Amino acid sequence: MATKVVMAQLSPTMEEGKLLEWKVGEGDRVEASDVLAEIETDKANMDIEALGGGIVRKILVQAGETVPVGALIGIIGEEGEDISALLAEAEVAASGHPADGTEDVLVPPAIPEVPAVSEAPVVSETPAVSEVEAAIPEELPHSHAGESSVTGRMKASPVARRMADEAGLRVSDLTGSGPGGRVVKRDVEAAIAAGVPGSGPATAPAGPAGPSRPDDELLELSQMRKAIAKRLVQSIGPVPHFFLTTEIDMGRVLDLRSVMNARLESGKIGVNDVLVKIAAEALARHPEVNASWQGDAIRRHGSVDIGIAVAIEDGLITPVLRAADRKGLREISTEAAELIDRARAKRLLPEEYQGATFSVSNLGMFDIDQFTAIINPPEAAILAVGSTVDKPVVVDGEITVRRRMRVTMSCDHRVVDGATGARFLQTFKAMLENPLELVL
Amino acid sequence: MAEKYDILVIGAGPAGYVCAIRAAQLGLKTACVEASTYEGGLGGTCLNWGCIPAKALLESAALAQNISRHGEELGVRADNVRFDMGAAVDRSRFISSKLTGGVRFLFKKNGVQLLEGRGRIASPGVVEVTPEEGDPTTVEAASIVVATGAVMMSFPGFEIDGDRVIGSREALALRTLPQRMVVVGGGYVGVEFADVFDAFGVDVTIVEMLDTLVPVSDADVGKTLARSFKKRGMEVRTDTKVVSLDREASPMVLTVTSKKGEEKIETDVLLMAVGRKPVTEGLGLEEAGVEMDGPWIGIDEWCQTNVPGIYAIGDVAGQPMLAHKGSHEGIVAAERIAGVAHHPMRYDNIPSVGYCHPEVASIGITEEQAKQAGREIKVGKYPLTSHGRALVAGHNDGFVKIIADAEYGEVLGVHMVGHNVSELVAEVGIARALESTVEEIAAHAHAHPSMAEAVMEAALAAMDRAIHI
Repeated sequence: MATKVVMAQLSPTMEEGKLLEWKVGEGDRVEASDVLAEIETDKANMDIEALGGGIVRKILVQAGETVPVGALIGIIGEEGEDISALLAEAEVAASGHPADGTEDVLVPPAIPEVPAVSEAPVVSETPAVSEVEAAIPEELPHSHAGESSVTGRMKASPVARRMADEAGLRVSDLTGSGPGGRVVKRDVEAAIAAGVPGSGPATAPAGPAGPSRPDDELLELSQMRKAIAKRLVQSIGPVPHFFLTTEIDMGRVLDLRSVMNARLESGKIGVNDVLVKIAAEALARHPEVNASWQGDAIRRHGSVDIGIAVAIEDGLITPVLRAADRKGLREISTEAAELIDRARAKRLLPEEYQGATFSVSNLGMFDIDQFTAIINPPEAAILAVGSTVDKPVVVDGEITVRRRMRVTMSCDHRVVDGATGARFLQTFKAMLENPLELVL
Repeated sequence: MAEKYDILVIGAGPAGYVCAIRAAQLGLKTACVEASTYEGGLGGTCLNWGCIPAKALLESAALAQNISRHGEELGVRADNVRFDMGAAVDRSRFISSKLTGGVRFLFKKNGVQLLEGRGRIASPGVVEVTPEEGDPTTVEAASIVVATGAVMMSFPGFEIDGDRVIGSREALALRTLPQRMVVVGGGYVGVEFADVFDAFGVDVTIVEMLDTLVPVSDADVGKTLARSFKKRGMEVRTDTKVVSLDREASPMVLTVTSKKGEEKIETDVLLMAVGRKPVTEGLGLEEAGVEMDGPWIGIDEWCQTNVPGIYAIGDVAGQPMLAHKGSHEGIVAAERIAGVAHHPMRYDNIPSVGYCHPEVASIGITEEQAKQAGREIKVGKYPLTSHGRALVAGHNDGFVKIIADAEYGEVLGVHMVGHNVSELVAEVGIARALESTVEEIAAHAHAHPSMAEAVMEAALAAMDRAIHI
């Protein structure tokens, strides 16, 4: 039986994929799990593999072309088998109705199950949430419930669909935990519990719930906290930002780093590694900042997972350094270097760039003195780091030259208030200015 | 050197043998220990002394009923009809042995090593196998699955003597029929045997402590079944407790108590069908540190016990003590151990079926449970009285009842009594597994005339849209 090769959905947010290269040609025999082609997605370049064996009978999409998820890109069958029906269907592949008697045979490689959470935009400069939403195809009317306009497959259970309708949610906004990513009752219940907002135009889309960690703690919302959240969202948008700036004397920590690096033969520690480590330490001491807005609660994360914004060709991505507060500088340095290398090569797996609890974005190397970064929901804060410059400062009544760095923290006001953020920054600054604080 | 296995299953009943076959299919080096106390050796209670032979006798009973009570009505006159219980039992045993032999063949085909003897966990990862004759041997297994099943239970004073006080095992081999029989226990086992012996002409009385027959099902089901049994001439005593038994007297005298006070019932045979207790002794569970859940081994939704590497499935691992629950646990455990698990157990979606006539079948929660949980529900009840297929079959007692969530229409439970309803419960099970609502069931064109149409009508009834009521 001939099987269709379709553009597989290789990441939760992927809507189309660019075919970079076919690894097989027409007439080649393939076995299950052979790599068929390399695909460029919105996040990374990935391989698609064959689930079953056969002869590559037809390649329908050439390298360099971009097609939507679910589109027919090739046909695998047996020699001499009649594939004319499938070829005819290729004409309408983009509208995505699989023909009877065939099955999709492709799965993304080595991507573990996506946790049952909504996908977060990647980092500060990602498009506004509303734009992302606009790109999601509209659901078909209820009477045709169950069919996704993209893949033509069942993607939500009838109960889930009705619950979602009632709650004003769109099942297409939810990540399904059922077989094949099907949205089932528990997904809608979780979304309602997490306060994922409805699709009505008046409702501001808020940050997704984010994954839960084993040691998370859910704090109930006080009436005041609810009122603050509601009013601020009305005022400024989905994530009500405010910004705190401070200037830090980097002299001691940079000296210390030079001493350390002089002793290290390889794997030198970068300034950014130091900032990540100290931010993680400060977060461990201020768990109220290492938290997320959940709609009906605030989630204090059980671990400190730092996202590092990395500029890559035509965009940026935030690989996540897990449990950074519990790692040493060398470990952070090695791991970060490796993640950043693969981020630039677009080789990160989804779980490697999703689910940070706090992010650091450094534009110091571009001679930026100071900037504000946009929070990557559901994180509650992001630290924007400027360049370290020699400046005249007054110390003990005298003008002297010091190496100074400006940082600006953007805070989600629903989670972090001004004083809370300020105290966190105080700790961060004190640790950088007196690195011995680290061992206190 | 002890033989080393990836997985060793203790017990070759419907849970254990399915687990072993699935594990072997997944490429695991698999052994199954069976004490061979049964004639066929494999297949456990289900194949040897439970589901299968009982259903064979029930088939004989159905034919007996159809000829003696419905034949004339359907235009089939048979004079001098004689019932031969001996022949019915022979057939039942033959079918049982055919299936147990089938399990042996499946073990061979899939490369499951059968170890004959009693298995005991010596320590996690090590099992001692003691054959009936000869010395114990020790085998090693990375994962151990306990599937030792359950045995018949009785009360003090009502001990099974195998002669006049019998259990299901003796009942399945009862070739000479008594004049009178009291069945103690109105659960699935009790009502099935009551059906068989009534059909073969025994005067049957059922005594059930709770206020309905098949009390695990919706109360309506038990009531309708009791009415149907009474119509056939059976005595049904619900809300009645057995107090004592004079087994020296001839006939025996059973004393029962109910709201009406104490009464004495004369009987030739007493069939105890009051439940089964899990087999957990002598398995080394306590020494291995395995935690119990009441009389059962405690497990999670992947059938894992608290001790890494030790799993439990089937009757020994908790209720409902049903063969298909055990078999399914066997598959879940094997796939979990092989690292390819597809889905965990969903204990809220296990069907239960009684193969008496009329049949009873249930899945999900009852109306009573839904109300107790404070759920807003819609109940769709469709009687079979005028149902085409039931009428032509000559068996139009019963109903199909759907309990649906009032807000979303989710199918919370289905309870049925009637002709062939055992085959209808699968449709509802799938509907529930896929989270279908009554709308999807009603929207599917069910074949006409079929019993399944009754499910569709009940779904419609839950939306106040039934056509044939």
